[in-house]
Amino acid sequence: MIPTSRLERVLKSGRFAVTGELNPPDSADPESVFERALVLAEVCDGINATDASGAHVHMSSVGVCALLTRAGYEPVMQVSCRDRNRIALQGDLLGAAAMGVRNVLCLTGDGVETGDHPDAKPVFDLDSISLLKTARSMCDRSRFLSGRQLEVAPRFFLGAASNPFVPPFDFRPLRLAKKVEAGAEFIQTQYCFDVPRLEKFMRTVRDLGLAEKVYILVGVGPLRSARAGEWIRNNVPGVHIPDAVISRLKGVPPEKQVEEGKRLCVEIIQQVRETPGVCGVHVMAYRQEELVAEIIDEAGLLPRGGYGSMGADQGRRLARMSTQPKTL
Amino acid sequence: MRIGLQAYPRFLELAYQLSRRLLLPFSRWMVPGGWIEKIFVVLEKGAKGAIFDCRMCGDCVLHSTGMTCPMTCPKNMRNGPCGGVRQNGNCEIIPEMKCVWMQAWDRSKVMRVYGDDFLGILPPRKGQLQDGSAWINDFTGIAVQDPASWLE
Ligand code: SF4
Repeated sequence: MIPTSRLERVLKSGRFAVTGELNPPDSADPESVFERALVLAEVCDGINATDASGAHVHMSSVGVCALLTRAGYEPVMQVSCRDRNRIALQGDLLGAAAMGVRNVLCLTGDGVETGDHPDAKPVFDLDSISLLKTARSMCDRSRFLSGRQLEVAPRFFLGAASNPFVPPFDFRPLRLAKKVEAGAEFIQTQYCFDVPRLEKFMRTVRDLGLAEKVYILVGVGPLRSARAGEWIRNNVPGVHIPDAVISRLKGVPPEKQVEEGKRLCVEIIQQVRETPGVCGVHVMAYRQEELVAEIIDEAGLLPRGGYGSMGADQGRRLARMSTQPKTL
Repeated sequence: MRIGLQAYPRFLELAYQLSRRLLLPFSRWMVPGGWIEKIFVVLEKGAKGAIFDCRMCGDCVLHSTGMTCPMTCPKNMRNGPCGGVRQNGNCEIIPEMKCVWMQAWDRSKVMRVYGDDFLGILPPRKGQLQDGSAWINDFTGIAVQDPASWLE
């Protein structure tokens, strides 16, 4: 019997989950992974290892995850469809499972144009939804996409991303429904700087009955300054930062903007924690793992183990639903 | 050269439905590899190229994607817009182009026959069908067939 993931158990118990993002190093030295993991592991239930995010080359997510599991950490392996076809993707999933990875986040991936190798060949053989369904069939049906039988099936807690903050807004909840149908058990959203937009999205998600079927973790992160905010807004695909946020940062002197950005992030965490259907937060801060730890602390999420706005009940209800046989 | 017919998705879905009905009696002759496929390829390239900017993937899903070709999306998404759509509705990768899937979603909303197909999950594209006739692949059943591990 392959043990289940720790993140899965935290969510199923109804506890408010916290995951953090580890940005893989540009280095062949495992120490740089362990240093970052040490900081995150104290404050998170799971550590996301990004897969060449923003189409920049870094240590691979499969490599980082192998290091993390060896050291006893709980990784969430991000898998993007940009760089690998279905043959490589399925092979990496098996390899990761063998290395003890239990959580996988299936992504389509950013275009190569935004990265440091814009001349690379983009693959996009699968998309996030077909990757999810492929991973699901590997787990539940013990088969490769081709139908060929696996000797031993992997056991993954499968996740997907969602971006409630970009158009078409009325389709975003329906796309989430597709991901749930394809086999997603948890969702990590894009950076949330617009709480009213998130609340609107969550209302539709609840109306569609999706809050009962999938654990939603809202993505959050600090802005270092008003300028950084403006840069991200214009250069990072899919991150929506409302004017109000930028002007709030501009309203304080430059040397206090880091502090203000952090405070804003803490406030957003506290607000989304009260939003029904939100089961946790996913904290991201590019190469500032210490800052992630401080934010989680200041948001009152330590010691780990507190419940979300719907208490232990929601987790248990979802846990019941997800123990029923999954349909593809 | 593009023809502006995509502004009328309702007309296009009816045209698709009608063509399918008209072709159905001839389906036993519609086999891949022969001169009939060559004729179809030429016709499809001309017509679908002009209307949809068709890329001849041979695995046509137009009626499930708001009569909008998903191969014109730089990420070749088959199941809806990626998370990179800009606030003005333009594409993450080609900033001056409207996101293909934004258009697809808007069009599917007025399609009464196939509009709901937009919410279904489409299988990954079959690479070996590239440059063949999508109509023939449709009638032989190979196109849009779920991969073996997804089937019941
Ligand atoms: S923004 Fe739209 S057209 Fe551009 S890659 Fe994403 S889904 Fe495709």
